[in-house]
Amino acid sequence: MKRLSFTGGVYPVKRKELVKHKEIEELPVPKKVVIPLNQHIGAPCDPKVEVNDQVKIGQVVGDTDKFVSSPVHASISGKVISIKDMPHPVLGKCLAIIIEGDGKSEWVEKKPLKDWTAESPNVLRNRIREAGIVGLGGAAFPTHVKLSPPKDKPIDTVILNGAECEPYLTCDYRIMLEDTGSVITGLKIIMKILGARHAYIGIEDDKIDAIRKVKGMIDDGNIKVIALKAKYPQGAEKQLIKTILNREVPSLGLPFDVGVLVQNVGTSASITRAIMDGEPLISRVITVTGKGVTKPKNLRVRIGTLFSDVISFCGGLTREPGKIIMGGPMMGLAQFTTNIPVIKGTSGIIVFERDEVEILKETPCIKCGKCVDVCPMRLLPSVLGTLSANGRFKEAENYGVLDCIECGCCSFVCPAKRHLIQYIKLAKAEITAMKKAAS
Amino acid sequence: MILEAAISLGGLGLLFSLCLGLASKRFYVEVDPRVGRVIEVLPGANCGACGCPGCSKYAEHVVMEPEVPANLCIPGGGEVAKEVGHITGKEVEETGKKRAFILCSGSKDRVAKSFNYQGIEDCRAALLLFSGNKSCPYGCLGFGTCVNACPFEAIEINELGLPVIDKERCTGCGRCKDVCPKGIIEIYPKDIKVYIACSNKDKGKVVKDICAVGCIGCSICAKRCESGAIEIKDNLPKISYDKCTQCKDCVGRCPQGSMVAVS
Repeated sequence: MKRLSFTGGVYPVKRKELVKHKEIEELPVPKKVVIPLNQHIGAPCDPKVEVNDQVKIGQVVGDTDKFVSSPVHASISGKVISIKDMPHPVLGKCLAIIIEGDGKSEWVEKKPLKDWTAESPNVLRNRIREAGIVGLGGAAFPTHVKLSPPKDKPIDTVILNGAECEPYLTCDYRIMLEDTGSVITGLKIIMKILGARHAYIGIEDDKIDAIRKVKGMIDDGNIKVIALKAKYPQGAEKQLIKTILNREVPSLGLPFDVGVLVQNVGTSASITRAIMDGEPLISRVITVTGKGVTKPKNLRVRIGTLFSDVISFCGGLTREPGKIIMGGPMMGLAQFTTNIPVIKGTSGIIVFERDEVEILKETPCIKCGKCVDVCPMRLLPSVLGTLSANGRFKEAENYGVLDCIECGCCSFVCPAKRHLIQYIKLAKAEITAMKKAAS
Repeated sequence: MILEAAISLGGLGLLFSLCLGLASKRFYVEVDPRVGRVIEVLPGANCGACGCPGCSKYAEHVVMEPEVPANLCIPGGGEVAKEVGHITGKEVEETGKKRAFILCSGSKDRVAKSFNYQGIEDCRAALLLFSGNKSCPYGCLGFGTCVNACPFEAIEINELGLPVIDKERCTGCGRCKDVCPKGIIEIYPKDIKVYIACSNKDKGKVVKDICAVGCIGCSICAKRCESGAIEIKDNLPKISYDKCTQCKDCVGRCPQGSMVAVS
């Protein structure tokens, strides 16, 4: 079989064997959850409950009228004990609703739509919005927004992203193995909403059992499973589209510009839960792994569970950790406290031991061009880094810095240990700020 | 042989010089001689404080456009403004000399770090990670983005991790103010005697927990100020320098030591 791929990319050590074979366990319902009002890309929610209110599982605790946003729900039943600024794994600080559990696990009334095929796309799309579903791959972009492409850009193909190219993480792999039916049903729901005719499920070829399982369960001729070469960042949506369909998303464009929509397999499974069972997004599967954790596990965790609770369920830390990362090791964010909640975009918690973490000293660029070779967006990271370091952000924009997907390949290969991604992120932030100030 | 070469090269030389001579007459660009004189008076630091891309551009603007005032050069101050006004025939309003002030005294020993930062030495980049690694969310990060931005080499990071401004060198151009992502640099008149060296807008208890010298918003300074120059806004005193008599009374009364006297 021919292995499809894209230009550039790197081959980091995968280390998936730590948790690859462990089934998804349910984390016991935590006593306290911290639910940030901003867990997605877009406008933050306004609190819809007050301190001392009793809440049930699945009750909306935060919502807004803005289109690009997504409501948040109570993930345990109990009492709202406080609404205040709390540490957030991405934003640093964010207004959050703190719920103390009463141990009852009472649900709000669920409204399942068993016969979803009879419903109109609008009804389904609204259900997805009400369920607070966002992209679970890590970026947390509201799914209903993705499912509302502009009228002049119809979507003909849906791609389900089961590449899971980040090292260490195995949550998508376990979902594909254990919840295959939901993944495929979710895909069919997405296809119905968009009226798309074709669908592909892209899975890296190091997950051969997942490819077999998914292939075996597909009962629709329009859905195909594609085995992808195991290369980082195969799961980045633009690279995935290029690999599977050989279509190139234009500079600063989005997948709908080429008639494609990409969704993560986990998102697809939670869409099925939202429609068929009427359950909003109150939990997600995460991978807790790394040498620093005593018992690495794949877990289904309620949104808002503190990292410290998750880690102690996994047997705690082996010793003083060197680094704790939320997300994958390539794109994830290092954290300085475990007093932060699991949010919708948390795909994993990775704990490195002290001796695994090297503190690298940055040295001048030696112009070797390795970063240029590996950049999957075909940019010039070395040039972008230098321009950004010298405050020449406008020029960096002309060199296409805004097209960078921040995959981290350039920093990964740089022999001079330049903080290339950080320079690029800085340039992107400064350009965005400049544009905002100008408008 | 030599003669041939000399004649042909000489001939070419003559021909080209003729062309150049004609071209310089034909394509002569009229330049107001005053522009050159203004450029000579300006400091030539190209700091951009006037709003133009550099000194020569400002010179052009100020000569050509009647509505551009002559006192925009902040580094040059009153004297340069006077001269520019004299050359361009514009009336000059008196502007006092200004300089930058750092509104934070949370040095390394006074404010704890919230985490170890390993990355590029730039406050703007550090800010993108959880708003920086200082436990005070308003405080100076001390990576020296202002130092790099200063066209006059007037800023230095001291051993305690805070920027110090050289009073003599600083011209008040405001470049540092523009790049500081925390917004804790302000441009005040050069001759002021007191300023509030804190930017924390949180309530007193929160500030006390994280900083030994942070303003707790107790408003003693505002209540005791005889000239009524201080008002409290967002838990911080705001001094109106046109009312302030520079008596320095507030400095002694501040329980936190965040009201600072200029030495």
